[in-house]
Amino acid sequence: MMAALFARELRRSWASGAIWLPIAFFLLVATLYPFAVGPDAATLARTGGGMAWVAALLSALLPVDRLVAPDHDAGVLDQLAVRGFADESIAAVKIAAHMAGFGVPLLVALLPASALLGLSGATLQQLATGLAIACPALASLAVMTAALTANLRGGGSIGGLVLLPLSVPVLIFGAGMLNPVGAGGGALKLLVASALLLTAIGPFAAGAALRALRE
Amino acid sequence: MSGGAAALIAFEAVACVRGGRTLFDDISFALASGEALWVRGANGVGKSSLLRLAAGLLRPIAGTVTRRARHAIADENPALDRELTLRNALAFWAQIDGRGLGDVDDALAALGIERLADVPVRILSTGQRRRAGLARLITSGAVIWLLDEPANGLDPAAQTLLEAAIAAHRAHGGTVILASHQPVDLPGAQQLTLAGAGA
Repeated sequence: MMAALFARELRRSWASGAIWLPIAFFLLVATLYPFAVGPDAATLARTGGGMAWVAALLSALLPVDRLVAPDHDAGVLDQLAVRGFADESIAAVKIAAHMAGFGVPLLVALLPASALLGLSGATLQQLATGLAIACPALASLAVMTAALTANLRGGGSIGGLVLLPLSVPVLIFGAGMLNPVGAGGGALKLLVASALLLTAIGPFAAGAALRALRE
Repeated sequence: MSGGAAALIAFEAVACVRGGRTLFDDISFALASGEALWVRGANGVGKSSLLRLAAGLLRPIAGTVTRRARHAIADENPALDRELTLRNALAFWAQIDGRGLGDVDDALAALGIERLADVPVRILSTGQRRRAGLARLITSGAVIWLLDEPANGLDPAAQTLLEAAIAAHRAHGGTVILASHQPVDLPGAQQLTLAGAGA
């Protein structure tokens, strides 16, 4: 039954085209960035990695208003609750599906983006590792935010305010991994720790928010 | 008529408070196999809240709600994915409920919408969408049916089909709670009129 829910989530994001939105945004930023800072390859290579992190974080935000609110409006969440699904399980399935539907294409889009930014192979490798670790955390944050704001008009914009402060540790340690002089290993451990924390609280926080939607 | 110990669903001194306002309190009833309850009352007296309490979607502020069989609810939201065809959208819930495509087609036929099976949900009319929601409830195979204003938007022919489906369900041992301000043909049903305790 969980597999059916997971398949539905993926099918919906594919069918609505929403799966391309974060990717298009990510590539757009990577394309525009060299125009803004100039074509100097050294500057691009030094700052491009951090920019890619910011773009990845913001692109996780884009689909927030369609992760939970449409299911709430259509009564799907009520029907699942009647059938005895725990709110935490529904949240966990949504997180897993968002991770698959957002994280995997993002990692693929990283290749053309790194070419546009002129990143070195080593930087690309660190970037890919960091983003792969952060993806569950970003998906977890997005679903949490979506569940918290599902009842609000214009939830997407408020969503940004809720999500961004929580994502700052992941951003700091993720971008810190790219720092050539700093201890990259230490940043990696801290990134894993902060990502793990967000991933672990996600289903419970989002589940509680789903429960509150019914009251 | 009283269900007693064999009740499939029972309310015992249930009270409901919404937004700081008491909608009703001390509501008690019991429904056994084959019985039905018609919840009546004006808009806003808590008919929908009573059904959500019965479905377990709301918790009573006082009293207890007991269910001894699987239940399903049909309210104003069909909960069907708009981009899918009607049959596929119903098949999703059938899969969750452990039912087959044959059950979906039977439910569509029972409500006279079998020719809409391959039409996307998003282009259904209001009445057709309401029937689709009822088809989801019939497909589920649940014993306790909770119907919130099921006749809203239905034409007379569809209402006759709905009444026939309810009668068949009761004849097979099911039970029905129906909230409606419109008259619905429910032979031998208990009646509960909510007057609005806080008003």
